[in-house]
Amino acid sequence: MDLCSKVHARNLVRWAADKPRVLVLSADLTSSCEADAFRDAYPDRFVSLGIAEQNMVSFAAGLAREGFVPLVHTFAVFICRRAYDQVAMSVAYANAPVKLFGFLPGITTPGGASHQAIDDVALMRQLPNMTVLEPGDATELESVLDVMAAVPGPVYVRMLRGEVPRLFAPDQPMRLDQPRVLAEGDDITVFSTGICTEEAQKAVAFLQSRAIGVTHLHVSTLKPCNHPSLRAALECPRLGSLCIENHLRTGGLGTVLAELSADLGIGKPLLRLGLNDTFAHGASRGYLMREHGLDAAAVVRAAESLVGRNLGVAAGEIGTARTVSLHSAARVEAL
Amino acid sequence: MSDLLWVAEVQFAAAHIRRRVLAHTLAHDGGYMSQACSAADLLATLYLQILRLPPVELPILPQPFAGVPGPRNRAYRSGAYFNGTPGPQHDRFFLSPAHYALVVYATLVECGRMDPAGLEQFNLDGSSVEMIGAEHSPGMEVMAGSLGQGLSQAAGVAMARRRRGEPGRVVVMLSDGEFQIGQTWEALQAMAFHRLDNMLLYVDCNGQQCDGKIETVMAIEPLRARVASFGCRLAEVDAHDPVALASPAQWAPDGRPLVVLANSDPCRGLEPLRANTPKLHYLRLQSDVERARYRAALEHMQRCEVP
Repeated sequence: MDLCSKVHARNLVRWAADKPRVLVLSADLTSSCEADAFRDAYPDRFVSLGIAEQNMVSFAAGLAREGFVPLVHTFAVFICRRAYDQVAMSVAYANAPVKLFGFLPGITTPGGASHQAIDDVALMRQLPNMTVLEPGDATELESVLDVMAAVPGPVYVRMLRGEVPRLFAPDQPMRLDQPRVLAEGDDITVFSTGICTEEAQKAVAFLQSRAIGVTHLHVSTLKPCNHPSLRAALECPRLGSLCIENHLRTGGLGTVLAELSADLGIGKPLLRLGLNDTFAHGASRGYLMREHGLDAAAVVRAAESLVGRNLGVAAGEIGTARTVSLHSAARVEAL
Repeated sequence: MSDLLWVAEVQFAAAHIRRRVLAHTLAHDGGYMSQACSAADLLATLYLQILRLPPVELPILPQPFAGVPGPRNRAYRSGAYFNGTPGPQHDRFFLSPAHYALVVYATLVECGRMDPAGLEQFNLDGSSVEMIGAEHSPGMEVMAGSLGQGLSQAAGVAMARRRRGEPGRVVVMLSDGEFQIGQTWEALQAMAFHRLDNMLLYVDCNGQQCDGKIETVMAIEPLRARVASFGCRLAEVDAHDPVALASPAQWAPDGRPLVVLANSDPCRGLEPLRANTPKLHYLRLQSDVERARYRAALEHMQRCEVP
């Protein structure tokens, strides 16, 4: 598997080259959000607004109303927690085409609870008019800008930075409300999103080695989330489904699927893996994924409970979550 | 001589704004009365002298509430149609404290932009003439009811207009209570940093907020020095003097956003209101004695009206 570095930084410069109405707004986290290359390439289209996210979000709404395409870059927690009223009233209410890029989703940062957006999907999908996207690999990071730009209203993108794996072929871009079917089988369905898809893939390979039929769907559009393949994937497995996401168990993909199941009258088990009503803390991503059950091992454990037996995992058989070295060249965060 | 003419016109309109809001308050046993007392002259001066707005052909009757904005609502439009269809040379007006909506509606009537019948739709179910101005309410263009957000949105519009090279200004009316809000200062900081001198802010400094006198709730003084220290250009004027209000709007831009602090009397033109000091944010008529007192004040205003 390829690991790609600073995908958004490069892609944003390329993508914005022929789009003069695209502006990047930043709140003192320009290189931390991989917007530094854009700033250097198009200084006239870079708007620095300082550590003042409430103003930045409402300001962006004013620009968007006038026909500009403001790409707001900051950490997800500051968009979703600090400026929630501004996102709701200045942006979402007006259906203003502001594009919000929230970095450091879930436990992807060792920055601790203040920097870890564990509730952002729940907060953003609640807002009328808001579209919510979560890319899961380098190919999706490269194509999410096209998906976002094609939506006429506000969009929240749960962004990845630094080293990102390439899980999907570059010629198979992300599409709005189009889950990717990564495996097909009759026993259980695994749903995953964001960084958890890489883990889910490892788990699915293991489950297949134990002759369990697994359907695996990677979901990168969390709102709207109505594609018919979701219904089939919830309805068809013999034993039920499980879902894994880098977010609280409530309000994210698991909740989306549970609501869909209820609406469609699908009475099958749906195990939801995620942070279980708890904040996280400052530690490495691999450590936190193990601690909170967001890794391949957790998917296998959930699958074992669906199939009702121990699958005999040998030591090292399913691998551990990838850790990014604290001082690798791809890291952008000043620590 | 021409000065005298427009000043008389503004004074006439301001008196009528207070009268309309008082009549409305009497009819509904309550209303945002003090805001009319403090800001009638300011809003009349803005609409009749300062703002360069395109005209409307005839006074407009507000359209009924047409749903909230969204991808499926094709019929939606903001309440800015009362300010005409703006070209690059025209000003754009933003009301930040949406609680002044009734005063703005009365102003729109007095300057011939809204049909007087529109005021009768105030706060009625299914009407767009909402109690706290929404984006679809007459004269409004953004959601500003969560105080502090109007200025930042207007600043975004001002930057967009400057990028397009439009000569028109972005004019914002604020209230002094909003200077307790962090976002207001964030916005001022950004406006000064980005040199948005196409912005003109008028602040109704009536010293009042919901809980009572500002200085007892959370002090904001020295406001002038504070705002100047954020890099804004300052003017301080009497909010009841149309000439003084209009004068700073003539200044040639100098790179700084211009903030006009308009010191107002929250009971101006309505002596009975002073009895409610310091609770002036919303006038609720509670007794027949009180109603009679305000009815007498209304009759007095009507007698004094210039024919």
